[in-house]
Amino acid sequence: MRKILIQSLLKGPYTEKGPAADEAELAALARQVDATARRRLGRSLAIREVDAGSCNGCELEIHALNNAFYDLERFGFKFVASPRHADVLMVTGPVTHNMREGLERTYNATPDPKWVVAVGDCACDGGVFAGSYACIGAVDKVVPVDLRIRGCPPDPIALLKGLLALLEGHGQTASSSGQ
Amino acid sequence: MAVRALSDMMATGETVAAHRPWPRAIISAEIWSEAAQQLRDGHLTLLGLWGEPKTVHMAVLDEGTWRGAVLSLHCPDGRFPSVGRLHPPAIRLERTISDFFGLVADGAPDTRPWLDHGQWGVAHPLAERAPAAKRPGTEYRFLPVEGHGLHQVPVGPVHAGIIEPGHFRFTANGEAVARLEQRLGYVHKGIEALMAGATLERGNRLAQRTSGDSVVAYGIAFARAAEAALGFEAPPRSLWLRALMAELERIAHHIGDFGAICNDAAFAVMHAQCGVLRERVLRAANAAFGHRLMRDRVVPGGVAGDMAAGGREAIEALLDEIRRRLPKLIALYDDTASLQDRTVTTGIVKPELAKIWAPGGHVGRACGRNFDTRRDLAYAPYDRLRFEVPVRHEGDVNARVWIRIEEIKQSVSMIEQILSAMPGGETLRALPAPAGAVEGIGLAEAFRGDVLIWLRVGANGLIERCHLRDASWFQWPLVEAAIEGNIVADFPLCNKSFNCSYSGHDL
Repeated sequence: MRKILIQSLLKGPYTEKGPAADEAELAALARQVDATARRRLGRSLAIREVDAGSCNGCELEIHALNNAFYDLERFGFKFVASPRHADVLMVTGPVTHNMREGLERTYNATPDPKWVVAVGDCACDGGVFAGSYACIGAVDKVVPVDLRIRGCPPDPIALLKGLLALLEGHGQTASSSGQ
Repeated sequence: MAVRALSDMMATGETVAAHRPWPRAIISAEIWSEAAQQLRDGHLTLLGLWGEPKTVHMAVLDEGTWRGAVLSLHCPDGRFPSVGRLHPPAIRLERTISDFFGLVADGAPDTRPWLDHGQWGVAHPLAERAPAAKRPGTEYRFLPVEGHGLHQVPVGPVHAGIIEPGHFRFTANGEAVARLEQRLGYVHKGIEALMAGATLERGNRLAQRTSGDSVVAYGIAFARAAEAALGFEAPPRSLWLRALMAELERIAHHIGDFGAICNDAAFAVMHAQCGVLRERVLRAANAAFGHRLMRDRVVPGGVAGDMAAGGREAIEALLDEIRRRLPKLIALYDDTASLQDRTVTTGIVKPELAKIWAPGGHVGRACGRNFDTRRDLAYAPYDRLRFEVPVRHEGDVNARVWIRIEEIKQSVSMIEQILSAMPGGETLRALPAPAGAVEGIGLAEAFRGDVLIWLRVGANGLIERCHLRDASWFQWPLVEAAIEGNIVADFPLCNKSFNCSYSGHDL
């Protein structure tokens, strides 16, 4: 193990530069977010991930955010084990009826102020599962959503841009929740 | 009594002409029960059990001849003899048939709903779909556990990590688990209902969103089922490209899980190292096929596009890196006694249980089940590739880790062979229109085991019925058995070494 650690030290970090705050896509995402909450929460955010019916593809890419290339924690984000410790809920999936209560209870257990990020096409509008007897569809039909990151699944860079949009203010006032 | 051969059982029934490649026969209730006895006695292996509004189907495999068949039983009165009564792996499948169609399995040992949590607002969504009042979640009755000093630990559906939802009800005595009972179905999306009436193109997209970690495998199983039904062969090059993607997918998940299992034993350095390698695999996949998870690249008729320019070089560079770095990680695992202390003898699946449940993938191969669809029910191009199927007998977390390590090596070798022997030519051909209603069955080896897809396409070219059976169906119940007597704290480690799919199971 010592060898691997020393080699890793000598090699230098894998971590790549994050997306720049002035990117148009990031700015567009940032405009979705309520600036008041941004002021109150500052630059350190605890994230609770909630799978509300995903195929697990989104989870794979959310996981990848923690690898050495993306190293999410350098931006001040941290995944936490309980909604009670969280500022942000990242919700995936077309919200199945069987997960509705789980999602609502997780949301209610998260202290204010909080943001909800709908991750992936299913969470944004139900995706390919829209119209199923077993699915409610978009996350905003169950809890208010502050930011939407599309993709099937969104890749780690798209996720990173979305999360950075929560932090990076552009002076625009917020669009209200659920729009 | 002599054991009747599968072909003789099939011969007693009425053969369905348009079912490929295996035969399907409509048989009597007596033969249905006889097949269930043969499953119990180990003469046949259960591959799938699913329903239609007034019919049940059973896919079985004779492991002596490697012949498969589908047995169908009409049940106009809504009842059929329970298979689960004799053969426990059928129990959850029968509960699902009852949820979807309202069919009753006579003599079934467990008649509680399974995927239906009473939240859909409809009953029997794949049959008459009658409106139904919602039931509170607390109505579900967990199995009783009695004894001195027992307490319960309910976990989930929302878990602490970034994982899928499911409920685990532990009954523990101190730290030791006396019983684990799972309750799944939280991510049930109604995929089989959405399939009905869909085009093959949409059906393929749904299949590849059944379990996001096995998109290529589901794509292959779906394409094979559709192509078999239509009596069509995809161009040779597309089959090799499919296998190339399937092996990349396998490597990505085995490497990721190798690290994640070690992480669950608090050995973070392995997780970090494997995370780097896994990311390399996804980037190579993206370079070669334009999507990190290679979603929607396999299509009925071939593949959506050929490998991109530079894809071959990206994959070759990846293989180089794996060959260079993996041995060091294996040595690190092998030389770290404190890590092995957690994995060796933890979460043992006994060989007797493996014989009954016939679990696919690393779960089965870690406890003596020498089975791999790529070899035993070989499909192109695996019939042309040289590879070994690793098998161990201990059945513990450590054995599952080693099977995954060995499979990574095999996949690296297979990708090399594919890159050097892959034929040229077209990669996609238009599918013919079906000549009336046609049926097909397709299997593919996902990283966690065999995926089975059964499909009926109507004369109009639309899907009438599609059933998808993930390998997890025959693995989840073994997690319950494997954790017994272990400490609660070892559950994540144990569960990760299986890595069953919630979504693939919940449909």
